Amino acid sequence: MSAKRQEQGNRNDSGFSRALLKREPWLHIAKRPEMGKKRGGLLKMASILLAIAVGGLFMLALGYNPLTLYMTIINGALGNAESWRMTIRLMIPLVISSLAVCLAFKMRFWNIGAEGQIIMGAVFATYFALYHTSWPRLPLLLVMFVAGAVGGALWGLLPAFFKARFNTNETLFTLMLNYIALNVIVYFRDGPWKDPGSSGFPKIARFDKVAQLPKLAGVQIGWLIALILVVLVYVYLKYSKHGYEIKVVGASQATARYAGMNVRRIILRTMAISGALAGIAGMVQASGSDMTLAESVAGGVGFTAIIVAWLANLNPFGIALTAFFFSVLEKGSSVMRSSYNLSAEFAAVLQGIILFCVLGGEFFLRYRLVRRSGSKPRETQVREV
Amino acid sequence: MSTLIRLISHSVLAGTPLLFGTLGEIVNEKAGHLNLGVEGMMAMGACAGFMAGYLSGSLLLSLLFAFLAGALGALIYALLTVTLMADQNVTGLTLTIFGVGLSNFIGQYMLVNTATNTLKLPEALNNRLKALSIPGLSQLPVAGSLLFSYDLFVYLSIAIALLLGWYINHSHSGRNLRAVGENPAAADAAGIHVTRVKYLNLLLGGGICGLGGAYAAMVSNGGVWLSDTVGGRGWIAVALVIFAAWNPVRAILGAYVFGAFSVLKYYVPKSVLSLPNAFYDALPFIVTALVLVISSILQKRKNAQPASVGLSYYREER
Repeated sequence: MSAKRQEQGNRNDSGFSRALLKREPWLHIAKRPEMGKKRGGLLKMASILLAIAVGGLFMLALGYNPLTLYMTIINGALGNAESWRMTIRLMIPLVISSLAVCLAFKMRFWNIGAEGQIIMGAVFATYFALYHTSWPRLPLLLVMFVAGAVGGALWGLLPAFFKARFNTNETLFTLMLNYIALNVIVYFRDGPWKDPGSSGFPKIARFDKVAQLPKLAGVQIGWLIALILVVLVYVYLKYSKHGYEIKVVGASQATARYAGMNVRRIILRTMAISGALAGIAGMVQASGSDMTLAESVAGGVGFTAIIVAWLANLNPFGIALTAFFFSVLEKGSSVMRSSYNLSAEFAAVLQGIILFCVLGGEFFLRYRLVRRSGSKPRETQVREV
Repeated sequence: MSTLIRLISHSVLAGTPLLFGTLGEIVNEKAGHLNLGVEGMMAMGACAGFMAGYLSGSLLLSLLFAFLAGALGALIYALLTVTLMADQNVTGLTLTIFGVGLSNFIGQYMLVNTATNTLKLPEALNNRLKALSIPGLSQLPVAGSLLFSYDLFVYLSIAIALLLGWYINHSHSGRNLRAVGENPAAADAAGIHVTRVKYLNLLLGGGICGLGGAYAAMVSNGGVWLSDTVGGRGWIAVALVIFAAWNPVRAILGAYVFGAFSVLKYYVPKSVLSLPNAFYDALPFIVTALVLVISSILQKRKNAQPASVGLSYYREER
């Protein structure tokens, strides 16, 4: 609606401004009316295809056949039952952490700290895995699950508290907490939790059988937990009062305050939940996949989760889908290492290019280019589609 | 006494990559852009600078390619956030993931083609990166080792800091830059070409970050290529901008203080204070977090972040 008014304004004073400005740009940018979901989706698909093409060109420049490489990736990730299982295993922490990031981002709280929250969740859970193996399996696993959530929540509450109280920049704060968390693992690995049975490299002992998550359909049960969490987060965001509050705070803190919401409490609560989710991802990864606490328990998942959440428009089901796509990329790229001796970092490069293209593409969702001279408003044409 | 001198000169060396990153980010933020891609731009500069040096043996080409690679990363960022008005936070983060991935990927690609499976800079270039020995000055007691015995990069970074201090606060273009960062609409109305100022300064900042990456790869790591060569220094640099209060000259001090934190573990005798190594490794990050909190509590209007940082400038909405 404002686009229309603006265009009228442009038409009225265009003669005036033409006289005033010597060089008038032949293109200008105008806001476009809301684009339909379908066209938005198509635009995103086009952006992703463009990214894959750019990635292919890059490989071509290095002297590889991009088609063969992409086939290697797909085959490596989905070629047989075993590789499927590995891909799903990679997907589990990614889905859960992306949900964590999604909650915070909905509130426009830049939680870059999922990485650290994953680690703290894993650390808290590991304590029980190492020192309470005498407990029966189910209660032990449940306690580990809760401990993971608590560890992550505490690590998420820390920046939330300072943000709510002093407006401390959460982007950098959560980031610093990632590095601190990483060194917490190193501390336990080299000190109190060092496996006495390990010779040479210090490491933490392998979890006892009772502290390992069971398998379901050949993959650790974490995939079921992840799916349940997808549904829960969707319902929470869409149908609960909390979800509504998160959206309002994200849109404008002033509006939220004016509507009588306790913004501080909402920030703290949401970040506690976001951190708890990431912590659960850490517990699931340590107990179900690594079966120990490794330095690589988060392994960059907390950062990839940001790309996944953003690509999925902060929609939980979209997150599940995008995380699957990204896990195929990750698993497939690891095969590139064995077959071509290329770094598995190709996944990171391609993910980066994909998000660049999508971020660039989003421009065309919101704006369109209009020829300045003699242009008629194309608004009606856009409406027709 | 001599331990203290060694600690200080070691801190300067450790702080130099941070200084480059901080200076680059200051220029970016002055243009109104919070660029979280510093780590990525440094990684790209590290890779390009190292490989240029490895292949050509020329220091000048190393510096040139490091600068260009950092600027290339910044160009992607500028295209997305200035022209296409994408979200600055997400774009910067993506640039970091992309840049670090690309740097590691190319490093591995180069490694495969070597016989020894290591990438080492040519001996002649390595020697040029060693501490300078200035006749007469480097031999002075105390001052010699404190001031006159660093490598070329260190002096380059200080020169850039001083130049930027003059450029931002005292030059005509610097005034335009500050105007754009504070209020792009007003700057535009005053006839400043906002888009051009933003592009130029984002590229300049990115290039400076790239030089910092090259230092990390070529000097800090002793001339041997390592994966993840920047290792989080870029993130500390982003936080250091706050510590330096957006002032390039103050960034010099900040970078060296943080350099000191990262090398402190070699200078505190275990007999005096026995702390785990992990604590020392986390120390720069802990201190940065504390700085963030304290500076937010003491928030002053003077020496603050440029007002338009983080916001896209949409000309038609003035």
